[in-house]
Amino acid sequence: MDNSSITTQKVNFKVFRFNADDDYLPYYEDYKMDVTSEEVVLDILNRIKWDHDGSFSYRRSCRHGICGACAIKVNGRSTLACKESMTTMIETFGTDLTIEPLSIKRAVKDMIIDKGDFWEKHDNIHPFLISDVCENPQDEHTVTPKEAEELLDADICIQCGACHYACPVVEINESFMGPAAFAKAYRFEADVRDQAHKERLTELHSENQGVWDCVKCFECAEVCPKDVNPIDKITKLHQMLFREGVATSNVATRHAVGFKHSIAKHGVLDEGGLVLYSEGPAIVKHIPVALKMFTKGKIVLPWAIPKADNLDEIQKLVKSSSTVKF
Amino acid sequence: MEKLKYALFTGCTAKQSTPEQLMSTYAVAKKLNIELVELTEASCCGASHLQDYDDFLSLVLNARNIAYAEKHGLTMVTICNTCQLNTAMTKHRLDNNAELKEKVNVKLREVGLEYKGTSKIIHFLYAIIDDIGLDKIASMVEVPLSKFNIAPFYGCHNIRPSELQNESHNNPENAYNPTSLDDLIIACGGSNVDYDEKNKCCGFHVELQAPKTASILTGNAIAGAIDGNADWMVTPCPLCHLKLDTQTKHASEAIGREVELPVLHMQQMLGLALGCPQEELGMKHHVTKVDFI
Repeated sequence: MDNSSITTQKVNFKVFRFNADDDYLPYYEDYKMDVTSEEVVLDILNRIKWDHDGSFSYRRSCRHGICGACAIKVNGRSTLACKESMTTMIETFGTDLTIEPLSIKRAVKDMIIDKGDFWEKHDNIHPFLISDVCENPQDEHTVTPKEAEELLDADICIQCGACHYACPVVEINESFMGPAAFAKAYRFEADVRDQAHKERLTELHSENQGVWDCVKCFECAEVCPKDVNPIDKITKLHQMLFREGVATSNVATRHAVGFKHSIAKHGVLDEGGLVLYSEGPAIVKHIPVALKMFTKGKIVLPWAIPKADNLDEIQKLVKSSSTVKF
Repeated sequence: MEKLKYALFTGCTAKQSTPEQLMSTYAVAKKLNIELVELTEASCCGASHLQDYDDFLSLVLNARNIAYAEKHGLTMVTICNTCQLNTAMTKHRLDNNAELKEKVNVKLREVGLEYKGTSKIIHFLYAIIDDIGLDKIASMVEVPLSKFNIAPFYGCHNIRPSELQNESHNNPENAYNPTSLDDLIIACGGSNVDYDEKNKCCGFHVELQAPKTASILTGNAIAGAIDGNADWMVTPCPLCHLKLDTQTKHASEAIGREVELPVLHMQQMLGLALGCPQEELGMKHHVTKVDFI
């Protein structure tokens, strides 16, 4: 084998260590290693265990990006250890790398975390096909290729948790279901055989835990090692809520719909009008900030909202291109 | 220096709640010899919310905005991260799906327009880095910001998803280690502050439906900058700016710590360094007082 293209670099690893049984607090251990361009992050974890400290613990199994066991964080970035090359890590972060579990607050032993919250949320969205299947079917239950395409890439999620523990909302709000559960929910919502669409969607619509609390940061899409693109599925769930008539009038749905009304009227957004439309009488809570903004010339009064040129064109398009009613 | 010419999609915020951003964009453009043709026909981009309700309508409206930039034969420059996301995402989807593009064009033809896919879409921050260059910008600095530690706050929609980064400019940056704003701070003579929250979310998009989440994210961002010993923050996104500048009371309450720091738009920072007259930079429009000039 020709090894001439393999390069080696010295890398300083700062590795999170913690044993919930013995340690009061976690600590970090430093390891200096020569890392070749051929290695993936999992190779480093193996070398720490095999060459330096046999007690170092992490989950690993398939080594082929299928089982989802070995996700950890490198310099704060969720990473499937067996898939991510060290070359990419060094290119991104340089040669000082911090190795941590997906969630420090859920650490049990070194890289191993208690993933209970992930599985609980996963279970709560009923991640299986709900269908009254005839016990003695006369025909196949056919799904056309076009219908199967609707599942998109949601079907290939390996439940590694990379997106879940990269989501800033999951970090703050323990009720929030998180991007992995949403992507899984979409997988069954998009399945024509499923008969629990509305029940599942109703759960996803609920405040505080459902899809409306997504901050749209795209962290989930960025970290996913399988390109599931969870935020794309979250957007599709938002659309399904309206299309299937499950969406009820609340501040989040009015916020989405309000854009259309404002665009139809002005072409551009009427910022104050949108807040009023979304909040209704609850707008009073925004008054203190609004007053401060007003004194700084940051609020345009309703009668002075600018209008886009060729507004008639925009109005015509809003009429001809609208596909949803609410 | 050769005159640059762009089609400017101002977005809605720059004409309402962040007037200082539009003023400073023009002030900086004048200094850098950039001609901006304002797309006054443009509609709102839907701010990543309209598409949750009606995806097709959102596509048609964004394609219409791009069609106007194409009519001018110019690159479209945005000054809002979310405008950039929605416009670039529309371009990405239409350029990669002929059937969808045709469906959108059927609607646009009703009003005598067509989306072709000929205009590039790029945020002003990246346009000046690509087309003028940081070295050139540094050479034009009249008032170096050497007294200041400045914390860059990138804003999600300029750096994620990275596939749009890769399509929209010459030196796509890494979402986990973005450098453009740090580089611009250095070009302006300032010291860039490195802190964990610089590429994180400000919470703007759930301000109404999940105010607590939004406030904690804002609070964490400002706290990170303060702990990094920043004198002030700088951002390319007017939506992040609104959160960081006007919501400090809620942010402080949410994280149980007083957090307040002046926040400048990237155009204002650049304007200060290039020696633009202060009245052209609109500092009086900030809620959190800009107390260092």
